[in-house]
Amino acid sequence: MGVLDSKVPQGPLAEKWVKHKNDINLVNPANKRNIDVIVVGTGLAGGSAAATLAELGYNVKTFCYQDSPRRAHSIAAQGGINAAKNYQGDGDSDYRLFYDTVKGGDYRAREANVYRLAEVSGNIIDQCVAQGVPFAREYGGLLDNRSFGGVLVSRTFYAKGQTGQQLLLGCYSAMNRQINRGKIKSYTRHEMLDVVIVDGKARGIIARNLVTGEIERHSAHAVVIASGGYGNVFFLSTNAMGSNATAAWKVHKKGAFFANPCFTQIHPTCIPVSGDHQSKLTLMSESLRNDGRIWVPKKLEDAQAIREGRLKPTELAEEDRDYYLERRYPAFGNLVPRDVASRAAKERCDAGFGVNKTGEAVYLDFSSAFMRYGKEAVATQKIENASEEKILELGKQVVEAKYGNLFQMYEKIVDENPYETPMKIYPAVHYTMGGLWVDYNLQTTVPGLFAAGEANFSDHGANRLGASALMQGLADGYFVLPYTMGDYLAADIRTGKIPTDSKEFDEAESRVREQLEKFINSKGTRSVDDFHKRLGKIMWNKVGMSRNAEGLKEAIEEIKALREEFWKDVKVPGGINEMNPELEKAGRVADFLELGELFAKDALHREESCGGHFREEYQTEEGEALRDDENFMYVAAWEFTGKPGDAILHKEELKYENIEVKTRSYK
Amino acid sequence: MNLTLKIWRQKDANAKGGIQTYQLGGVDPDMSFLEMLDVLNQELIEKGDEPVVFDHDCREGICGTCSLQINGEPHGPDRGITTCQLHMRMFKDGDTITIEPFRAAAFPVIKDLVVDRTSFERIQQAGGYISVNTSGNTQDANSIPVAKDKADAAFYAATCIGCGACVAACKNASAMLFTSAKVSQMALLPQGEVEATRRVLAMVEQMDKEGFGNCTNTGACEIECPKGISLENIARMNREYLKASVK
Amino acid sequence: MAKSALLKSSLAKKYWMAFTGLFLCLFLVGHLAGNLQLLASGAGARDQFNEYALFMTTNPAVRVLSIVTFASILFHVIDGIILTVNNRKARPQGYVSFKPATNSKWSSRNMGILGTVILAFIVIHLINFWGEMKFGGLDNTVYTTASGEEVKDLYTLTVKTFQDPEMGLVWAVIYLVAMIAIAFHLYHGFGSGFQSLGVNHPKYNNFIRKTGVAFAILVPLAFAIIPFYIYFVLEKI
Repeated sequence: MGVLDSKVPQGPLAEKWVKHKNDINLVNPANKRNIDVIVVGTGLAGGSAAATLAELGYNVKTFCYQDSPRRAHSIAAQGGINAAKNYQGDGDSDYRLFYDTVKGGDYRAREANVYRLAEVSGNIIDQCVAQGVPFAREYGGLLDNRSFGGVLVSRTFYAKGQTGQQLLLGCYSAMNRQINRGKIKSYTRHEMLDVVIVDGKARGIIARNLVTGEIERHSAHAVVIASGGYGNVFFLSTNAMGSNATAAWKVHKKGAFFANPCFTQIHPTCIPVSGDHQSKLTLMSESLRNDGRIWVPKKLEDAQAIREGRLKPTELAEEDRDYYLERRYPAFGNLVPRDVASRAAKERCDAGFGVNKTGEAVYLDFSSAFMRYGKEAVATQKIENASEEKILELGKQVVEAKYGNLFQMYEKIVDENPYETPMKIYPAVHYTMGGLWVDYNLQTTVPGLFAAGEANFSDHGANRLGASALMQGLADGYFVLPYTMGDYLAADIRTGKIPTDSKEFDEAESRVREQLEKFINSKGTRSVDDFHKRLGKIMWNKVGMSRNAEGLKEAIEEIKALREEFWKDVKVPGGINEMNPELEKAGRVADFLELGELFAKDALHREESCGGHFREEYQTEEGEALRDDENFMYVAAWEFTGKPGDAILHKEELKYENIEVKTRSYK
Repeated sequence: MNLTLKIWRQKDANAKGGIQTYQLGGVDPDMSFLEMLDVLNQELIEKGDEPVVFDHDCREGICGTCSLQINGEPHGPDRGITTCQLHMRMFKDGDTITIEPFRAAAFPVIKDLVVDRTSFERIQQAGGYISVNTSGNTQDANSIPVAKDKADAAFYAATCIGCGACVAACKNASAMLFTSAKVSQMALLPQGEVEATRRVLAMVEQMDKEGFGNCTNTGACEIECPKGISLENIARMNREYLKASVK
Repeated sequence: MAKSALLKSSLAKKYWMAFTGLFLCLFLVGHLAGNLQLLASGAGARDQFNEYALFMTTNPAVRVLSIVTFASILFHVIDGIILTVNNRKARPQGYVSFKPATNSKWSSRNMGILGTVILAFIVIHLINFWGEMKFGGLDNTVYTTASGEEVKDLYTLTVKTFQDPEMGLVWAVIYLVAMIAIAFHLYHGFGSGFQSLGVNHPKYNNFIRKTGVAFAILVPLAFAIIPFYIYFVLEKI
């Protein structure tokens, strides 16, 4: 196996983490005061890591490009967070959560990591409640749960449609406590532009103050990258406008391997693209699939009539509707995992059944939920001989209480009332399962450089289940890194402060300056966004929801050419020593232009379909993904050697000792 | 749609800014307000001018980054939304739109339409937390039942996204709605009640230090708040603070 | 910390504003109860009113209350000025376009102006009556009390003021304007006072709001009627 050592502890699966925690080195409290840690990114993973490390006594510096840690994009997660609490008594357990996650990830995740995730999931909920996170509750005062895609139990905790914001605020409040104590120094409106490696170890970063433009050096004994995913390589995604891969990509170029870049999640329920002006896509929570039914017209002529505005969806008779998820996957119905639901929508739209102007939308219909809840309400309120309107009205009220804010959001964007006419949805890029390769300790291939949350590749395999991203971010930050980093830092208690005047810092800083100056001095003609949009088009069309060898090869060439053009013809107004969003974007797009190529290269090499990676050449007769466990049951970790196209592949073979590898079926 | 845009331009924090007028054509009613500004910026870049700098990030109304005083109202004329959720269909062809930064002594302008809202951060750092360790050695999440109405009220207070529209809308540039939302969320939960006294005193003290104005109960904040945070929270903070100060 | 919290903090200023304001609402009720006696006619009216005035100026408890009232007005004014100055400082650079009318009521934004009008009125009002009673010349009519003591005749002073052929109606109109200002001041101030003191509960909010509106309309209206009644209706003296 060579270079990659996953460092998974020995012993039975359920005992690995406990045993590991007992075996690893600790740093005594007095020594922790002499150790500095840098955390890049302040979402759920970064924020929770920073808070906990500071609480343990380390001196922590956090960096985020936003004006407040609380604005990191974890905030936008809507639906919920999974935990194997089994409060509903429906047979949930750590093992079942582990099993669902590995299966949902199409058997491309590391067993030991996923089990640990399931094991600490319950603790996350305890922790968050203690911090004052206002989860939804039942009348008895206990926590409520709901169900998400790809599972058969109710294990998702939620706070209406804004679970991410509530969890992040909890995490941010923990950070605030440490900021108030002076243990965290929070650098907002700062962007990490490079990592500094001294004697083979990560020892600091170069950051740019986005207000003044000043280039700053920050040293530490260890660096955590928790800067999120790279979905914005597609230009249009549900990520925030500022979400970027620069931190992760820069460390990749300095030696950290990048794993499974082609594993990208396309979320099935997003608001469809409305025009060329579109700057981002908005997700509608997966929780809507609990009550909404997805359909397209059965007949092509009806679909055409709807597209041309001659027919309203509400006018279409029940028997003329194709509830294709319920038809194809009777066991899971509308709650199949995201990759399956997305592909099914694409399949129907490609076949000509799309329902909006562009032909890229399907319906998410709540009318049967209105009736179902309405009947329930009529029964509990003991209303006799209720009219159909009354039932409908009461049903709408129930749905409003559950998803009101999502419905309102939809109406504001689309200008259609989803209580009266079904929502239109289409898949969009949402989450990237791939990321920096890390071992069991969440350490990358560079010693002292750790990666957490969406920035690492670890827990979701080829497809992430709903409500698992929040769980993973917080698990990494609250419960994993604080232990495993201690193990690494134990060797650093005598090192003393890392100086920032070393030649390594000089070099890193001058390279950063060089790139910034190159942008400012490039007298090109096209804006950064122009290149970003063109990159996004290549990615979406050829490296998107379904891929084939020919398209991928074309994409690689096109991205290379676009990159060359970018460096020749990009136009960046303004200067370096000032607030300059165009300059920030230029740096990010430059990195996306490299990452995109590696992404396509990875997709091309993986000659199988699994999870979010669907190769048209590898599918069953029914159009389902066809995995090749014999040849591809490994993590593809790429080593940078100068150009993204020349990256060297390292394989971490995946072994499943506690779970039977099967063909994923949701039928 | 064709629009006349009157936009506040200011080179940096120390520069004297002023309104500049731009004409913009080809605006699609389905565009969001920020996408309209994107189009303007692309035109400015092509012409060799500096684009208008404004804060924005998630563009789905939850991160609280976008601000903007649009035609005299924070987040523009629509209700219950942030600027990024404002759509051009709210305007008419030929309209003149005035776009300014949020104004408050505690929100100094950094550049153009971008303001520094770190005063909000400092208010939260002063005490906006529950002092529990993040070690995970807490009690089971269901060991303390919380009445649903209390939990819901805490949730509604917690929906504040910290955008600063309350301050921008208030004639006194007061931050009471923001501060009270943070105070309320924790005061309402049994977990946060324990240190409610310390918290409210510390947070109000910091709020005063930052130079926000006082509350005269005009209610403008509640109307303009994209998340509909209720004035009830301010009353709760008044109550909590009164209790805390006589203790 | 707790001590300075009740004196210097922003919230303390709200409490004092609310507390003094609501106290002054009570004062208004008391004052109105006295004034309404002016609506009485006939021979007993003068005696009744003057006996009441005597009681109000000599009773020690009432004297204490009147001092508290003056102090409240003073505090309310000073606190209001401090708040206004602080609030101005909180937004040194104003908006080019600001449309507060879209999100708040006029009265709530103009308590300072309304208050200034009211303060000016109070000064006029005090010169008219309190000043006359205290420092007025000898031409004031004398009233002999039930106990035989001779005091100034407030009833006659009041009625004469508003029945003055040249100035009577002018005074009545000035009083009307002042009462309108008070009405708007109360329209916002009454409910605002409760909110500032933290009294806000979904169950009772409606009651407080409605009471406030009723108070803001009825009390100033009753005050405003009296001068016109004296001018137009009451038999001339």
